[in-house]
Amino acid sequence: MSSAGKASEQATTEKVRHEWPLYEVFVRSKRGLNHVHVGSLHAADDEMALRHARDLYTRRNEGVSIWVVKAEHIAASSPDEKDPFFAPSADKVYRHPTFYDIPENVPHM
Amino acid sequence: MTTTNTAPAAEPVTELEEHFNRTIQRDQRIEPRDWMPEGYRKTLIRQIAQHAHSEIIGMQPEGNWITRAPSLRRKAILLAKVQDEAGHGLYLYSAAETLGADRGELTERLLAGKQKYSSIFNYPTLTFADVGVIGWLVDGAAICNQVPLCRSSYGPYARAMIRICKEESFHQRQGYELLMTMMRGTEEQRRMVQDAVNRWWWPSLMMFGPPDDQSKHTAQSMAWKIKRHTNDELRQKFVDMTVPQAEALGVTLPDPELKWNPERGHYDFGQIDWDEFQRVISGNGPCNAQRIAARKRAHEEGAWVREAAAAYARKQRERQQRQEAAA
Repeated sequence: MSSAGKASEQATTEKVRHEWPLYEVFVRSKRGLNHVHVGSLHAADDEMALRHARDLYTRRNEGVSIWVVKAEHIAASSPDEKDPFFAPSADKVYRHPTFYDIPENVPHM
Repeated sequence: MTTTNTAPAAEPVTELEEHFNRTIQRDQRIEPRDWMPEGYRKTLIRQIAQHAHSEIIGMQPEGNWITRAPSLRRKAILLAKVQDEAGHGLYLYSAAETLGADRGELTERLLAGKQKYSSIFNYPTLTFADVGVIGWLVDGAAICNQVPLCRSSYGPYARAMIRICKEESFHQRQGYELLMTMMRGTEEQRRMVQDAVNRWWWPSLMMFGPPDDQSKHTAQSMAWKIKRHTNDELRQKFVDMTVPQAEALGVTLPDPELKWNPERGHYDFGQIDWDEFQRVISGNGPCNAQRIAARKRAHEEGAWVREAAAAYARKQRERQQRQEAAA
């Protein structure tokens, strides 16, 4: 192959790689449960992503429903625990039922 | 913002590193967007990529027998198993991508010989008994290696390993069952099984990597809890597990020094030929060139499919955009 041919092939590979975006995959393992993130894959479009997700993540009845979403469309918080992002949830103990004292003789509470 | 520029710049890094170390010490998982030392990231990418490449290249020795399986049952099983190996490769590439690696780039590095895969897949599969022995010994050794990796400190890697381990159990059992069937067959079939065991035993022991005193990555990987046991510990565990299985099967493991040591509570075994390991891992095993050539051919011959799918997706997208603009 000429060097020009090689270069154009490489350029095509680059382009294709770019055009097969990364999808994150979520599977509902059975009715009544939430979809859970299971991993990711590359696909040219949404339909192919669903088919690939079926082949890759549900070969043994692991799912009854699949969501795929382009990774670039996911907005994520920083997972770092030190991040003050989650601090507001730590200082409101009155949100928990155990915050309230109820006499023992009050039933069903 | 302070006006001094050296001290405050260094401090946050130390703090981040401390936080990282504490997370590891507490046996919690590191997740993709966490800060991590560059060495940790590099080590993981190297190990996960090598592992992914092994799964993908590992499709070849057994794929060799799909069209020649002796029955439809064995063919269906083998197809499912080889498909699993492809799946395992993809789980692992997916984990590597959470570290900022690019799957396409990892494949290119494999094809260019810049990244390695397990030396075991550079040995040929000469008879159908090899399919059984790979399931029993090679997947058995892989399970030994992989079960502790389910507790690896990097979350996506550990989760991929949990999926893989669940599926490996089928691989090992189908192999052992295949061998039991052959052992109940003719004298010639029994000889085939023994021959395959003779050829795969030592390479299987090499799968655990160099001895501890020569393993350059082990200490740091154990400190980071990427690895949980040393190569030699896992190798010993595999030998101890396998000897009774060989006895039940009625085959001999090709090592005259293999003997129960009541004092150690383990089997002693003979010296591994590390020169052979070095030869094979550095590219000079019986099938290295063939394996990479086949992978390269598959990658190149599949290029038009990848391009066509991308072109189709682009066309659909443009059509939809036109329709939306017109509406």
